[in-house]
Amino acid sequence: MMTVREMAERLSMTPISVGDTDRTFDGVYIGDLLSWVMGRAQSGNIWITIMSNINIVAVATLTDVACIVLAEGVTLDENVRTTAEQKGVSIYTTEMTAYEIAAALATVEQ
Amino acid sequence: MSEVVKFHFLVDGEDFTSAGQASVQMKKSLRQLGISPEIIRKLSIAMYEGEINMVIHAGGGEADVLIYEDHIELNLVDRGPGIANIELAMQEGFSTAPDNIRSLGFGAGMGLPNMKRYSDSIQINSKVGEGTQILMTFHL
Ligand SMILES: Nc1ncnc2c1ncn2[C@@H]1O[C@H](COP(=O)(O)OP(=O)(O)OP(=O)(O)O)[C@@H](O)[C@H]1O
Ligand SMILES: [Mg+2]
Repeated sequence: MMTVREMAERLSMTPISVGDTDRTFDGVYIGDLLSWVMGRAQSGNIWITIMSNINIVAVATLTDVACIVLAEGVTLDENVRTTAEQKGVSIYTTEMTAYEIAAALATVEQ
Repeated sequence: MSEVVKFHFLVDGEDFTSAGQASVQMKKSLRQLGISPEIIRKLSIAMYEGEINMVIHAGGGEADVLIYEDHIELNLVDRGPGIANIELAMQEGFSTAPDNIRSLGFGAGMGLPNMKRYSDSIQINSKVGEGTQILMTFHL
């Protein structure tokens, strides 16, 4: 089992909001439609998305995903970032596409 | 525990940025009460979907959570436009959400189906021009 922090280091992702990064993750969910994410993402997943509005913080909290990874260089407004930090939601960003992130995760996850 | 534990929330229809706060708060309270993580997850997601729907589609509303010994009731009430065809609204993919809401990631037409999926029973009463009431129960 790999922790969120180890995973982020291996993939050279940039931390934006730091929550419980000692948490281990299990599986990946990719999606931008929030109700799909709420219906399908599992607790402990890494959630890959390009959505950056304030609602992703609540969705991550309620689905109990291990962290959010923002693809394609997406970043957060300062108010979203501080809300995420207050709620203890870990968020990273990377220039990689969702596909490239998932492919990289598939090799580190084994 | 024979006493019913009650929570009441006002859901502000004007403030989209704070939408979802009641559900996040409820999740915290359920954890303090020692409810199992699986039930907490189901209830708080269903409540979030209902809360967002009240903000997007009904201009706000109210949420009540009643915790009994063997089940939890989640009751959502609004005085919005109502739902003309409940059967249609319950279908995955049906949505009347406007474009500005869709650009935020809502409007997939999955909210009501999620409420059904995560609750043990759901009852929807709605009257066009008067409002909507959704009652969900969760077995403990
Ligand atoms: N409280 C409500 N008042 C009036 N209409 C509602 C209410 N809740 C849902 N609806 C109607 O039912 C439709 C389906 O709701 P549902 O939550 O499944 O999808 P959505 O809100 O459009 O998108 P999503 O939940 O996936 O973001 C809505 O588009 C809306 O027309
Ligand atoms: Mg909805």
